[in-house]
Amino acid sequence: MTAKTAGGQAAAATPPDRDAQLEMLRAMHEIRFFEDACHRLFATGAVRGTTHLCQGQEAVAVGACHALRREDQMTCTYRGHGAVLAKGAPLDRSFGEILGKAPGLCGGKGGSMHLTDVEAGALGSFAIVGGHLPVSVGVGFAARYRGTDEVSICFFGDGSTNIGAFHESLNLAAVWRLPVLFVIENNLYGEYSPLSSTTPIEVLADRAASYGMPGIRIDGNDVLEVHATISEAAARARAGEGPTLIEAMTYRQKGHSRADPAKYRPEGELEAWLKRDPIVLHERALAEAGVPQERLDEIRAAAEQAVEEALERAQSWPDPDPETRLEHVYA
Amino acid sequence: MTVVTYRQAITRGIADALAADDDVFLFGEDVARAGGAFKTTDGIWERFGDERVLDTPISEQAIVGTAIGAAIRGLRPLAEVMFADFAAVCFDGIVNELAKYRYMTGGQVTCPVTIHMANGAGTGFAAQHSQPAENWFLNTPGLKIVVPGTAADAYGLMRAAVADDDPVLYFEHKGLFGRREELPDDAPIVPLGVAETVRAGEHCTVVATQLMRHRAVEAAELLEREGISVEVIDPRTLVPFDHDTVRASVERTNRLVVAQEGSAGGSWGGTLITALLQEGFELLDAPPLLVCSEETPVAYAAALEAAWLPSVERIADGIRRTVAY
Repeated sequence: MTAKTAGGQAAAATPPDRDAQLEMLRAMHEIRFFEDACHRLFATGAVRGTTHLCQGQEAVAVGACHALRREDQMTCTYRGHGAVLAKGAPLDRSFGEILGKAPGLCGGKGGSMHLTDVEAGALGSFAIVGGHLPVSVGVGFAARYRGTDEVSICFFGDGSTNIGAFHESLNLAAVWRLPVLFVIENNLYGEYSPLSSTTPIEVLADRAASYGMPGIRIDGNDVLEVHATISEAAARARAGEGPTLIEAMTYRQKGHSRADPAKYRPEGELEAWLKRDPIVLHERALAEAGVPQERLDEIRAAAEQAVEEALERAQSWPDPDPETRLEHVYA
Repeated sequence: MTVVTYRQAITRGIADALAADDDVFLFGEDVARAGGAFKTTDGIWERFGDERVLDTPISEQAIVGTAIGAAIRGLRPLAEVMFADFAAVCFDGIVNELAKYRYMTGGQVTCPVTIHMANGAGTGFAAQHSQPAENWFLNTPGLKIVVPGTAADAYGLMRAAVADDDPVLYFEHKGLFGRREELPDDAPIVPLGVAETVRAGEHCTVVATQLMRHRAVEAAELLEREGISVEVIDPRTLVPFDHDTVRASVERTNRLVVAQEGSAGGSWGGTLITALLQEGFELLDAPPLLVCSEETPVAYAAALEAAWLPSVERIADGIRRTVAY
């Protein structure tokens, strides 16, 4: 499914070994169980406001973040639980933030839409569509200015490609040849509207041509394809060859937010995509490569247990002291 | 001691900020080779080079976002948004990302970003290039706002803004660029949140910034000949605001007039009066007065624009009425 729409010499990427592939399976399971738990918690009122879940899109975040280094820097959207966890944020403090607990990642000031773990290189989840794309350019600029070979990876949805900040960010990153990986998680819907009703072209990666950068469309539900593509793009970025636009085709198995039942989906669409569930695909590939079913089941069970234990811990944590609301307005 | 223009003081502040810290870089539209649309960055690129002084596309959202991203990764960006009116183009970046980033993340990041912009009316640029834009940001906690009115403050507040660990919006007034003043070679950094008592007086306190500060001083000189003694205070920074200096003055004069460029709604002058009424009502012997612009956009023609800006005579009239109350 890989189709390059512009030039760029891809460096040869080392494929992940068996252990790394199993680690990616574990990571995807953890995100799936985490999101399922958030769904339940929202229904009980334990999650306030709104929440945007990413079941079905796990391979994009996991394939990408596992192709990067811890010191690489990531920004993402309000549908960002998966990306933040994939970058290495702890399960319990992530739950804690979504539950509004004092030991949560942001001390309860951010919540579901602003999960951030700077220590893990998860620089922030942004709730203004496209608002973080310019930030990711600055992160890439700082890496180059400081003489490091860190890359800045920016996840955003298909809908973000229609907001002005997308254009300004890709243009500036390209003209300054900054080490930024722009990753479109194309889940076919911008909030409630299908992409075809808002966007006159089918392949969003084609937009890269406007900025003279490589644009690549890939199967975002194939974790190894994501891994390989990000590895190549990161190598180019580290070598000073500039940014890449990557369109990862995937599917949002749940609605846009909260309890959206997503009734606007055509009949059969969800079912077809469930057959291409990224976890199912990766398990099948591992089984075909000789991993015993018991080992796959163990990984799933361990992930489920880790998520349950993390949730229990987070639920036991105290609420923030109201006085802390006055902290962190200024340095 | 050298005589410089307000514009040259800004340039010196930027140059000294770059020289003082390698993490500082300057970028924006035409700031490098062209030396800035207002020539406030004249000679900076020649001195500091391509890596630290960068021209950008006409992309205010990208400019502000790039500043934020670089700041949270340890740099100290100094961005130029040419006309303050263009802050509207990157309003999201300033109010939703820059101002809130530290707070939303529970203090995991700091954003030592300075954005300097040319502000204000009186120079014939019409409605989209003349707004006193500083008031747009008053209701967004997390930002600091500085409004220098003299060469010394233009220099000293630039140094303080760039050295500060919080986001600072630095508004330079277009009507003051050519104003000449003495600036010592070792001009000091001006701390944020410290007002200057420009002129001591007994009968009325007048608070004013930038162009209005100078008109308030002229009004005070005019009134001195009528036997009215006016104290003029320039807060110099709107956030943080030096309420203590204003209050201490009103405790002596018992009268307050604010001379403000721009209309009343949601303005710093209105906010100051509200605060003083709530906390110092008993100090006042007369109703506080806001001498300000009417609720219209800024017009082009000289006759129209001049009538919109509070004149020396309007400010003096307001003081006279307040003192006579």
